[in-house]
Amino acid sequence: MTTATPATGSASRMGFFTDTSVCIGCKACEVACKEWNDVPADGLDWFGTSYDNTGELGASTWRHVAFIEQQVPSPVGPDGDGGGDGDATRWLMSSDVCKHCTHAGCLDVCPTGALFRTEFDTVVVQSDVCNGCGYCVSACPYGVIDRRADDGRAWKCTMCYDRMRGGLEPACAKACPTDSIQFGPLDELLERAGSRVTELHEAGTPEARLYGADPSDGVGGAGAFFLLLDEPETYGLPPDPVVPTRYLGASWRWAGAAAAAMLAVTAAAFTGARR
Amino acid sequence: MAECHPVAFQWVMEARRRGTKVIHVDPRFTRTSALADRHVPIRAGADIVFLGALIHHVLSGGHDFREYVVAYTNAATILREDYADTEDLDGLFSGWDPGEHGYDPKTWHYQGGPETRRHPPESGARHAEVGGAHQYGSGGPVVHHHGERDETLEHPRCVYQVLKRHFARYTPELVEEVCGVPLEAFAEVADAVVANSRRDRTTAWVYSVGWTQHTVGVQYIRTASILQLLLGNMGRPGGGILALRGHASIQGSTDIPTLFDLLPGYLPMPNAYDHGDIGSYLADAAGTTGFWGNKRSYLVSLLKAWWGEAAREDNEFCFEYLPRLTGDHGSYATVMGQIDGTVKGYFVVGENPAVGSSGGKAQRLGLAALDWLVVRDMTLVETATFWKDGPELETGELATESIGTEVFFLPAASHVEKAGSFTNTQRLLQWRHKALDPPGDCRSDLWFFHRLGLLVRDRLRGSTLQRDRPLLDLTWDYPSEDGEEPSPEAVLKEINGTGPDGKALSAYTELQPDGSTSAGCWIYTGCYAGDSNRTARREPWRDPVVRDGEPAAMVAPDWGWAWPANRRILYNRASADPEGRPWSERKRLIWWDAASGTWSGGDVPDFERRKPPDYTPAEGATAQDALSGVDPFIMQTDGKGWLFAPTGLVDGPLPAHYEPAESPYPNPLYGQRANPARQRFERPENPANPPETPVYPYVLTTYRLTEHHTAGGMSRPLSYLSELQPEPFAEISPELAAEAGVRNGEWVTVLTSRTAVEARALVTRRLRPLRVMGRVVHQVGMPYHWGWGGDGLVTGDAANDLLPIVLDPNVHIQESKAVTCALFPGRRPRGAELLDLVERHRRAAAPAPIGDPPVWKEERT
Repeated sequence: MTTATPATGSASRMGFFTDTSVCIGCKACEVACKEWNDVPADGLDWFGTSYDNTGELGASTWRHVAFIEQQVPSPVGPDGDGGGDGDATRWLMSSDVCKHCTHAGCLDVCPTGALFRTEFDTVVVQSDVCNGCGYCVSACPYGVIDRRADDGRAWKCTMCYDRMRGGLEPACAKACPTDSIQFGPLDELLERAGSRVTELHEAGTPEARLYGADPSDGVGGAGAFFLLLDEPETYGLPPDPVVPTRYLGASWRWAGAAAAAMLAVTAAAFTGARR
Repeated sequence: MAECHPVAFQWVMEARRRGTKVIHVDPRFTRTSALADRHVPIRAGADIVFLGALIHHVLSGGHDFREYVVAYTNAATILREDYADTEDLDGLFSGWDPGEHGYDPKTWHYQGGPETRRHPPESGARHAEVGGAHQYGSGGPVVHHHGERDETLEHPRCVYQVLKRHFARYTPELVEEVCGVPLEAFAEVADAVVANSRRDRTTAWVYSVGWTQHTVGVQYIRTASILQLLLGNMGRPGGGILALRGHASIQGSTDIPTLFDLLPGYLPMPNAYDHGDIGSYLADAAGTTGFWGNKRSYLVSLLKAWWGEAAREDNEFCFEYLPRLTGDHGSYATVMGQIDGTVKGYFVVGENPAVGSSGGKAQRLGLAALDWLVVRDMTLVETATFWKDGPELETGELATESIGTEVFFLPAASHVEKAGSFTNTQRLLQWRHKALDPPGDCRSDLWFFHRLGLLVRDRLRGSTLQRDRPLLDLTWDYPSEDGEEPSPEAVLKEINGTGPDGKALSAYTELQPDGSTSAGCWIYTGCYAGDSNRTARREPWRDPVVRDGEPAAMVAPDWGWAWPANRRILYNRASADPEGRPWSERKRLIWWDAASGTWSGGDVPDFERRKPPDYTPAEGATAQDALSGVDPFIMQTDGKGWLFAPTGLVDGPLPAHYEPAESPYPNPLYGQRANPARQRFERPENPANPPETPVYPYVLTTYRLTEHHTAGGMSRPLSYLSELQPEPFAEISPELAAEAGVRNGEWVTVLTSRTAVEARALVTRRLRPLRVMGRVVHQVGMPYHWGWGGDGLVTGDAANDLLPIVLDPNVHIQESKAVTCALFPGRRPRGAELLDLVERHRRAAAPAPIGDPPVWKEERT
């Protein structure tokens, strides 16, 4: 329930910590996001995939709650010792969102400057600048940003930039009844998330782990990170996301070296011919 | 709870984070199960066996909180010699009258208790019909306060021993056989409940109203009450039985009721047989001991609030203006009256019974037989459009041109477009401020009914007919800020009540029997104390600190206002031991402070502040003076928690397991299969699935999802909600899917003797077959939010059309959580073929087995 620091130019990096271990799958985040940001409905299709009829993040879905049904060992066996028949149900729920990466591929490739990094260190598309080229779509390692079919422009979560500038927390975090979605200065969230993982480990949930919290990962750490209870793939998240522009410098260096070599060879050929 | 009360569920999550163990008992694995420590799947309709076995576990293991039980419950009270139990009579209690088709509760009284006068409304089906159970208010009927007691609990006819015998066969093995719950799972629950109860700990039972939707619904809650009393979990912090109501302010609509058999504040509605004058009403129904002994003050103040100057001592304060009950005027009986032509007009306000109520076809046939119908809602719900697009037009059962009902649709303001109060599940009144004006012609209910009253009174002006006096004499002069909308604060003040000086009263104890005070709902008196709207207070709880030597609040007393008297935990005298000391430091709430000679603590004491623990009533004392210092349940005439209900219930003094009216199984406990006193409507519009028939082999339960609201009137017109759950579906296990030959996502048809509906199959391990009485039973789960049209963006068959109309006899609530059905692949047929399909199955089903008492048929005049 933290409020954003008003934009003074020296705001700390703000982020989301989504603790999926307390998500109850109410989808209030999805609805609050659409209400506040005036995001259109995204199709009245029934998917038959548990209670998820949203499917994935997209131009008109900036929060998406995944529902994963699993079979796990029974908590109680005949001796009450956890040696059950391997047939208990586990229902994981997790609200996904744009990661607001430290190294944001979408921002790197945007030719118009529509995508920019805010004073809160979040990544936002300006819809009045976007020309719909779509480079950002292929540059996102998570498949978050997307173009709307009707107007062609790219859309994604803004972390409620307008609310943050007004000192309010984003709509999804505000609506979340169980504080599964927490908003605040990223360093504070990371610290809190670390203690939460320890708490869960001590309470007998060794599978709890953080996702997107590591600054040495392929996107330099995410501004929106998660506490998961299973492998990232289970939730439809890439296990090792890498921003495609990560090797941009290196590839230019290789290209430069190759060009220099080509020039040298050519020059050598002419020089040799004169002999 | 996470499904239907996600916002309240945050506190369960909070408690869990602090170490609370959360156990979820439900036929389905839901969002609640996902966040619980343990999910226990149970066969729908078998809860009394489960809870009864917990009671048996407590009693047989000596786990009861003995000091609490002896002092605060009626465990020690001796019953009459002629009481006979279901164990003696194979599933009936003594007093069953096959002629009356109901019970005479005489033999359930305490030894030495009063002889009940025997006349129709006192017992049997008619008693139930006229809301007999409510005749006693929330406190139950008169019992003999100084009944014989044996505090050693060894007398063979004391309640404790009767209870022990009654539940002796409710064993873990029976739970496994009847509920399909394995022994180890039951043992885990039983151990957890015992370990977290008594002196140092408490356990809470939380239910959503699905628990009441059984032909034994009231007895479900009674079973939980018995368990909680035995473990000392009532009137103490962290204890109780918490009913989560189905909508915002449904608690409010019970307190100031939209129910036919109650007046505000749980005063019973008078009936035409016994309550000719105020004297007989008060004599017949009021307890003379306990706080109901002041019933005259509550009633007279109500009559003064309604009829003001016209209500005088010499005309019994207009008591004669109150309508009188002549039978069951509940919702389902009203629908049958519509079909029969005895009910001509109907107001439907914020409800969509054509989709949401059990047996939708009967609902629609009723609507089609009316002269006029008024529907007030935010969107054009199916109840307002059935005449042009209802499913009976397709089957040919109705035709638009032959429906004579004149339908008025009046658009309503939403809760953010009007001010007022909500009373939530914990009796907390919270004020709502208006955020914006309603669009177009939408108006608040307050505006509508006030205006309707003005118009009706205008038409009656000058009438000399006595029958018009109640309307003409009503106090109907509400101030208004804008000249349109009556002031909701003025209404709240009228409800709160005023004294002779016109100032708001501060407590119900100030109400007088002589007409000098008025109050629209006595339990709400104090919500406007000091002429200030206390429901609008928003001061959250802060860390307890001792202020001015007074113990700090352990609740949030300045957040809203809770009835009665801003108490947050009812009957909290029970949080202290008989001497007035907290049972334990960990669970202290209120205590007797000998120095100041008052009850003190972290909540408003639910006890007379200056009545010491050693107070003993004088012979012949009445009202609260008749209760001793160790009688915490102050609304009961004997001040005790009732393990055994000597009267007040129409279907038995103790809960006994009966199978649902529609069940694939016999009753393994008794020859009596289903609740003999259940309320039935044997009519062509309401056919029943015979029990134990292979034609309808599966158990069906219908329910709500987080994404929608009840019959969809508030959610299907919204794209943001509709896209989250766009179609009806039936949740089935992979085993049932294989048996039926359907795969996930394919169409299935679910069929009962009422109709057949189609839905998508959602094949999930969250539904699992249970082994019950030696064979596997499959359960089918269907959310009921969809209908054929209205203003909905998404449509689908109405699942509740599948349900029968068969009711709990105490409160007339339908059995919608456990019925039987058939299921097969593919979509349902259309038109007349649908009727053929249903009829073919009906004929194939075996007739009802013998063993039930004969059906009581509605008397028609």
